[in-house]
Amino acid sequence: MTKGKLDWQMDEQQNGKAPLSLQNVHVSYATRRGKVQAVRNVTLDLHAGESLALIGESGSGKTTLGLAIVRLLPETAQIEPGAIFYRRNGREVDLLKLDRNEMREFRWRDCAMVFQAALNAFNPVLKIWAQAWDTAKAHGWHDKEAVRRRLVELLEFVQLDPKRVIDAYPHELSGGMRQRVLLALSLLLNPQVLILDEPTTALDIITQRTIIKLLRKLKEDQGFTMIFISHDLAIAAELADRVATMYAGRIVELGASEDIFYRPRHPYTLGLIRAVPTVTGGFEQLFSIPGSPPDLIDLPTGCKFHPRCTFATDRCKVEEPELEEVGPGHTAACWHWQKVEEELRRNPLHRGVLSVLEAVSFNEEAVS
Amino acid sequence: MAPILEVRNLTKKFGKGKETVTAVDSVSFAIEPGETVCLVGESGCGKSTTGRMVAGLLEPTSGEVLFEGKNIKELDSTGFRRYRQSVQIIHQDPYASLNPTQTVRQILTAPLLRHNKVKNRADAEARALELLEVVDLTPARDMIDKYPHQLSGGQRQRVAVARALTVEPKFIVADEAVSMVDVSIRVSILTMLSRLKEQFHVTFLFITHDLALAKYFAWEGRITVMYLGRIVEDGPTQRLITDPRHPYTQALLSAVPEADPELAHRKRQIELREAEIPSLLNLPPGCTFHPRCPYFVPGQCDRQVPALEPLDVGGRVACPVRKHEHVPLLV
Repeated sequence: MTKGKLDWQMDEQQNGKAPLSLQNVHVSYATRRGKVQAVRNVTLDLHAGESLALIGESGSGKTTLGLAIVRLLPETAQIEPGAIFYRRNGREVDLLKLDRNEMREFRWRDCAMVFQAALNAFNPVLKIWAQAWDTAKAHGWHDKEAVRRRLVELLEFVQLDPKRVIDAYPHELSGGMRQRVLLALSLLLNPQVLILDEPTTALDIITQRTIIKLLRKLKEDQGFTMIFISHDLAIAAELADRVATMYAGRIVELGASEDIFYRPRHPYTLGLIRAVPTVTGGFEQLFSIPGSPPDLIDLPTGCKFHPRCTFATDRCKVEEPELEEVGPGHTAACWHWQKVEEELRRNPLHRGVLSVLEAVSFNEEAVS
Repeated sequence: MAPILEVRNLTKKFGKGKETVTAVDSVSFAIEPGETVCLVGESGCGKSTTGRMVAGLLEPTSGEVLFEGKNIKELDSTGFRRYRQSVQIIHQDPYASLNPTQTVRQILTAPLLRHNKVKNRADAEARALELLEVVDLTPARDMIDKYPHQLSGGQRQRVAVARALTVEPKFIVADEAVSMVDVSIRVSILTMLSRLKEQFHVTFLFITHDLALAKYFAWEGRITVMYLGRIVEDGPTQRLITDPRHPYTQALLSAVPEADPELAHRKRQIELREAEIPSLLNLPPGCTFHPRCPYFVPGQCDRQVPALEPLDVGGRVACPVRKHEHVPLLV
């Protein structure tokens, strides 16, 4: 696993190009009511060894974007226009131009996707070993023993007992174990990019923590390049180096995790952060974002967020803003990002270690 | 003040013989009028089963539910009907809890007429419109003729709340009431529920797996933590989240992912001795947390079921080993 990492990082140093670049990607679904514009105009570079979180509400296009990269969208979907460049060992391909067979080789070997519902991702009548062997065979492995050794190694890496798991059916495992098996299987062919769709949703809190620790280990020790897709801001805060906020199919803000959480410049990102409580932080008044996400068939004019935005002006109703630089390595698509900055100066977010609650001492109160 | 609701040694078993599962095991607590109590825990801890017994939807195997000081088993039929009206439950999934073939009008007027809360249909309709305003479903005139499928998840949950309010309840059990609603809208529903506390003097039992939500909703109230059917700790919210004493509460709080990168990276990591939760079919003896607990004392924890004992800092804890130890959650 370590070797893969080295190749990868050298590659980016040599030619200065990101291993995965999305350029002006659009995805739409054809429906009877009309075209659903699920992803619009996404341009994004994924750097070697970084972990990027895509956050947003349901229907923001984050899962569609993930599926577009591995081209597993349903037949009604159309990826046009756009290009997704993938680079490995000095070779560059546009994923959207690959044919079926080339794409099959790319998936799993170069880029694996871990799906949301861990139970549905398995074939229920096959034991874990059979699922792994099927995958390996399809990608040209013939040595059963070697595959088994690799699987055992990976199961140990995700802290499962291979003896217990390898000959079990998916239904015999708990939700957290299934999610970990899925993670192990996704690493089977040593991919360079991992896409994880809601990796901890629907798991219990303590199990979530096990998965988070594992993903951190994957990131820090193995240097994997990862994309997390989640509606849960906490997953982004726990795991991401950079965060992209998506709204109505577009990336509306992109920046380092600290910038997004402590210095958001898009009103939607600010709204999301103000809607989510923390446990160890102090008490903070929370606010909802008024209204509901837009109809993707009949999108609002101008900035798609303007009907829900408290900063909106007439300009927002007509002109859609592009991403512009609001700080080093930090971009936001809002005509009024300076006003968001002002607003935060007036009403700062109570975040970070300084906001932390002191232990309440009931005894002292009783004395005084 | 006399508690509005009290449960004593509440126990619920499901199944027969070897397949018996004790979902709730000798749970006792009391809730005063106007208080907000959050019941938290992971799946299978018995929080929903407890909520259903409190709302009278499930009969306890043993133990008592007392509403306004009266054992609900000993109520006559009029008294029981009054109790059933006074205690309402809001379920997690508004897609499932609303009849898809009825309009909002039918959903809201039926209970009003059935329980003689209004004189006639016209009054029922006027009241239904008022209730839609109360739950912020406006303009009410446009909403009243809609079917559930025409509403968003958040709007449906508001209809479910309005329906609960038709019978003028004094006590509402909200079972994961916002966990299926989008993050950006969640807070507005919580705020609406908080307003009901003030406006209609409703007492809430809020059931959730989300500790951050529990902290927010019950900031001035109390949190009760359950594990495998038993209460392991309870107490005033602000004490419980800053100074948890039970090793399970500590593990839970330290495991919650935080929507704040700095906090996320400075949280204490508590290593459990065993990651998997035991099966309810085969519970460990003594304290059921002992196989996972980092402070396990052999010969004590695996023999005696620890009693819930009062804490000097407020609330109760079921851990004689660690009850005096303060563990900071950030390092």
